[in-house]
Amino acid sequence: MPDGFSAGDTAFVLISAALVMLMTPGLAFFYGGMVRAKSTLNMLAMSFLSLGIVSVLWVLYGYSLSFGPDAFAGLIGNLDFLGMRGIGLNELAGTIPVTAFSIFQLMFAIITPALISGAIADRAKFAAWGLFIALWVTIVYFPVAHWVFFFDGGHGGWLGDRNGVIDFAGGTAVHINAGVAGLALCLVLGKRVGFKKDPMRPHSLPLVMLGSGLLWFGWFGFNAGSALAANGVAAMAMVNTQVATGAALVGWLIFEKLKHGAFTTLGAASGAVAGLVAITPACGSVSPLGAVAIGLVAGAVCAAAVSLKYRWGFDDSLDVVGVHAVGGAIGSLLVGVFATGGVGQTAKGLFYGGGLGQLGKQAMGVAVVAAYSFVLSWLLAKAVDKLVGFRVAEEVEVAGIDQAEHAESAYDFSAVGAGLARALPGLAAAASAGPSAGTAVEKSAEKPTEKAAGKAAEKTEVDA
Amino acid sequence: MKLITAVIKPYRLDEVKAALQAFGVHGLTVTEASGYGRQRGHTEVYRGAEYTVDLVPKIRIEVLVEDEDADDLIEVLVKAARTGKIGDGKVWSIPVETAVRVRTGERGPDAL
Repeated sequence: MPDGFSAGDTAFVLISAALVMLMTPGLAFFYGGMVRAKSTLNMLAMSFLSLGIVSVLWVLYGYSLSFGPDAFAGLIGNLDFLGMRGIGLNELAGTIPVTAFSIFQLMFAIITPALISGAIADRAKFAAWGLFIALWVTIVYFPVAHWVFFFDGGHGGWLGDRNGVIDFAGGTAVHINAGVAGLALCLVLGKRVGFKKDPMRPHSLPLVMLGSGLLWFGWFGFNAGSALAANGVAAMAMVNTQVATGAALVGWLIFEKLKHGAFTTLGAASGAVAGLVAITPACGSVSPLGAVAIGLVAGAVCAAAVSLKYRWGFDDSLDVVGVHAVGGAIGSLLVGVFATGGVGQTAKGLFYGGGLGQLGKQAMGVAVVAAYSFVLSWLLAKAVDKLVGFRVAEEVEVAGIDQAEHAESAYDFSAVGAGLARALPGLAAAASAGPSAGTAVEKSAEKPTEKAAGKAAEKTEVDA
Repeated sequence: MKLITAVIKPYRLDEVKAALQAFGVHGLTVTEASGYGRQRGHTEVYRGAEYTVDLVPKIRIEVLVEDEDADDLIEVLVKAARTGKIGDGKVWSIPVETAVRVRTGERGPDAL
């Protein structure tokens, strides 16, 4: 390997990439447990679809648009790396192979659209969702990742590299971006049938807890891995991630005990995620005590923010806005307050003698990403709706989207048979009722039987 | 014959089963049910959203008995199911025209 290569850093980033990958299935469970049983599979599949589509787009052009040499004023990368061309085994990004950096960043691009899906639970056509993911990462995520994450000695992305907005692991590019897109989407699609009237209880809080645990675990890759080196900054980011998450969990529980009279498991899981979101932009620039403060604030404020949808009447079904947009904004702004100037970045926050300068930059970053994401996401959702129709029919939604979009059920706890197995030979005849359908089914059922008989005959001959 | 139907609190099922066995009942059907009477339901909170869950879990028991045993059986059942608190449930009986044991084809009281 060329000079400057570090085996330790490379191993760490590759493992971090795998950790971040696990966050998307974790998110699927976190969301999947929160919906009603009849739409569990659709919720899980919406996240999984992002793993499929974004992975492919990433090697085709996503990596190039995000991290290719700057094409114009820090707004977007050029097309030098289309199809990952020209990236050999020995190209380095810092101390690690470019390929390691690329696979790590791909996982961020995957989870960001997956986060949005919670805002439109139970009611989006699966194909329309797939089309939206492809358009959204192309037009929103790849450029914003370039603005925030692409560093090239002052010639990189315009928010991070050129204007000093600190976003260590994606408070703006991932969480505000996804949260605000979620708001745009739930406005375009409209409320679920029965919103504010029917009870929409989470069907499985154990799944929610499992999902939040997987998210917490994977998030160490997300945050510590963003140091892109196995060093002190990575270790401090990991410490900050843990304590902010713990503090937010406690903050959420205290808020809801005071306001609603109970410590809920959904509150514990949600508080943890709110803390993870809020510490994401800040974990490389604050002290552990600053992280505790950020966590407590995020836990309590997000717990309050999730009630806004009922007051204002938008159906952000699983609180993508209340947790990700609000939590991301809290963390991004508080960098301007709690940055010590001594962890990973030199900029100091308000409480460490840096004045209001960094806070202003952070506010600019938050506003720019939120505005861009809202407008473009709204336009893209409208376009998808015009092209293919974004929302399923009302009767499909009421019956449960799993049946109509996936032809499956999430759970079968019944000992009684669910129906007749039409596709299986032998059982088909019993299943067919009408005479014309009956002949067709019987024919296809007979074929395998004949074949089997033929084989048996052959075997006898050989034996003889 | 009579069909006795009882809707009771789930945690009283074992007591009721034991009492009916001691009474001499040979078989019964148990179903998980949900519903409400005067006690209505309870409140649950999810991320600040309060839901009144008015259907509470119940157990529904069905037993076939001969006419002369019906009143005694109801008494035994009610005694075993009672806690004295609201939500203890209901028991009722209706006449049954016929009953057949599927295995043997026996009819009437012989099928019980």
